[in-house]
Amino acid sequence: MPLPDDYLVYPKRRLGPDHERYDASPVRDRAPLVLPDGAKVALWVNVLLEFFPLNPSGKPFKAPGAMQTPYPDLRHYTTRDYGNRVGVYRILKVLDRLGIPATFWAQGAVAERYPTLIRDIQAAGHEIGAHGWDTDTIHHTAMDEGAERKAIADTLATLKDVTGTAPQGWLSPARAEGFATPDRLKEGGVEWFADWAHDELPTAFRTTAGDLTAMPLSDMLDDWQILVTYRRPEEEWVAQVADSADWLVDEADRFGGRVLSLTLRPHISGQAYRIRPLADSLEQALARPGVRAMTGGAILDAWRK
Amino acid sequence: MTHRDPNLYDYWPYKERPKIVWPGGKKLAFWVAPNIEFYEFDPPGNPSRKPWAAPSPDIVPYSARDWGNRVGHWRLMEVMDKAGVRGSISLSVAMLDHHPEIIEACVARNWEFFSHGIYNTRYSYGMDEAQERAVLEDSIRSVQAATGQRIRGYLAPALTHTEKTMDLLAEYGFWYTCDLFQDDQPQPVKVKDGRLISMPYSLEVNDVITYGVYNQSPRAYADVLKRHFDQLLEEGEESGTVMCIPLHAYLVSHPNRIGPFQEALEYITGHKDDIWITTAAEIAEFYLANHYDGAVADIARRGNARGGSGFNPVAG
Repeated sequence: MPLPDDYLVYPKRRLGPDHERYDASPVRDRAPLVLPDGAKVALWVNVLLEFFPLNPSGKPFKAPGAMQTPYPDLRHYTTRDYGNRVGVYRILKVLDRLGIPATFWAQGAVAERYPTLIRDIQAAGHEIGAHGWDTDTIHHTAMDEGAERKAIADTLATLKDVTGTAPQGWLSPARAEGFATPDRLKEGGVEWFADWAHDELPTAFRTTAGDLTAMPLSDMLDDWQILVTYRRPEEEWVAQVADSADWLVDEADRFGGRVLSLTLRPHISGQAYRIRPLADSLEQALARPGVRAMTGGAILDAWRK
Repeated sequence: MTHRDPNLYDYWPYKERPKIVWPGGKKLAFWVAPNIEFYEFDPPGNPSRKPWAAPSPDIVPYSARDWGNRVGHWRLMEVMDKAGVRGSISLSVAMLDHHPEIIEACVARNWEFFSHGIYNTRYSYGMDEAQERAVLEDSIRSVQAATGQRIRGYLAPALTHTEKTMDLLAEYGFWYTCDLFQDDQPQPVKVKDGRLISMPYSLEVNDVITYGVYNQSPRAYADVLKRHFDQLLEEGEESGTVMCIPLHAYLVSHPNRIGPFQEALEYITGHKDDIWITTAAEIAEFYLANHYDGAVADIARRGNARGGSGFNPVAG
């Protein structure tokens, strides 16, 4: 039995991407991004505040970091919870010492359970974005439409209850989406999101409800990616952040402002033995000429001008 | 019926082979293969392989590959220009339609194109002969129309093959396949009719393996490339070797990786007196004209010629 004939039919073989969300645009052909105060590279630090339920459904897949052993998996539950109790406060201290404003992506369930944590982050002057309800609420195409809209609304409302304002930015749990997720985010009041990794600069992103801005978030310097998935030692992480900063500073001189994004999980980067390498990597990046720490919202403001 | 052995080539031990000397008296033929690929947002299923790990759309891996087509290729082209290396492009042929701006930039650099299937999310598994012919004919016709080049090489999409792939390549006038990894020198491939050679590509120093399988750091990858080169250059004194660096801009071009890669590339291309910096088609053309017959004869002389051709039972 050969493959069905339509396996060799390519209905979206056409100019630009094979979806409607944005057009092709080589990054070097765009108007230069002008960052404030002559900055060349925006160091965008992202910190994830996740809640990992002890009894995940695992549908349609288990989020990275979810429970692994038979129920009750106290080992993974408590190591993740350590991040929200201890690790995050270590990270806050480092950010404070280095004067780095960061984007904290908070899940609704974290805000509901630990409102004081969210308020501490807010008081330190960081930006708070919405990270979905919890790590077991994975947005996907087969998700019931009502359930998806409710997850978005509940997340935004719970964060608003705690901070006083609804977040404008969104990062989906496990960065997963269904085909309609961006439309539902925009309808729910989200202004920008960071699920896609398709670029190094903000890009317009079409939805059925109007434009949702995409802030591409690289996972190249993501702590989970380098330290857990790749199992690299911490010194290499420091070296990679420094190398990235060097390369981007050089490009920024020729093509305009660039973004260096770094994603941290308090249960990974906030470990006692990792906090110093984390601080070193941030400090080294900031020591490069023209590197300046900015939140996602501040980068977007510069891009919109 | 399946086979225990593909019978696509004969055993040919790596010693005392007829000496290859590359043009200009060079010891090592060096080529770089940027994979310029398109992975679909919502590809159809194939019974033998799922295109994405998560249910469609699989946002992060899809968009990370799109990053290559918006950001990565431009960065890699600049690095290759500086090192004076022309690319031999492993092309998802649909890229001609999706991103002509990238194709034009490659044509302007006089880079070679070869086919890597239509999309890297359409696999050859399960194709009958007519379907596989349609992919090859589409590849030849589309690249010719867009670039004026007649493609001479093939790397099957996502390394998915059928038993007929190699015979069809020879029939359509391809010179080389990148799908066989049995050697560091070219070798005749046993096809039903015509001539085809295996071109050393590489999985070992391919950035997909470096980053996706071996989890190397960017600096470790640079070190691997230098050591791999040093060894093949030393052996090339005895008989010319081939080194290929297969790349994927969506992997190697990130700011944390491209610097160490550039350093390794400049180290290699600094050996100008000893290496032939070239393209796969130029290597194949030279080999077919100067070394193909000698290789066939040497394999026969050693008593290693088993007869038959790929996936066809050996006579006797």
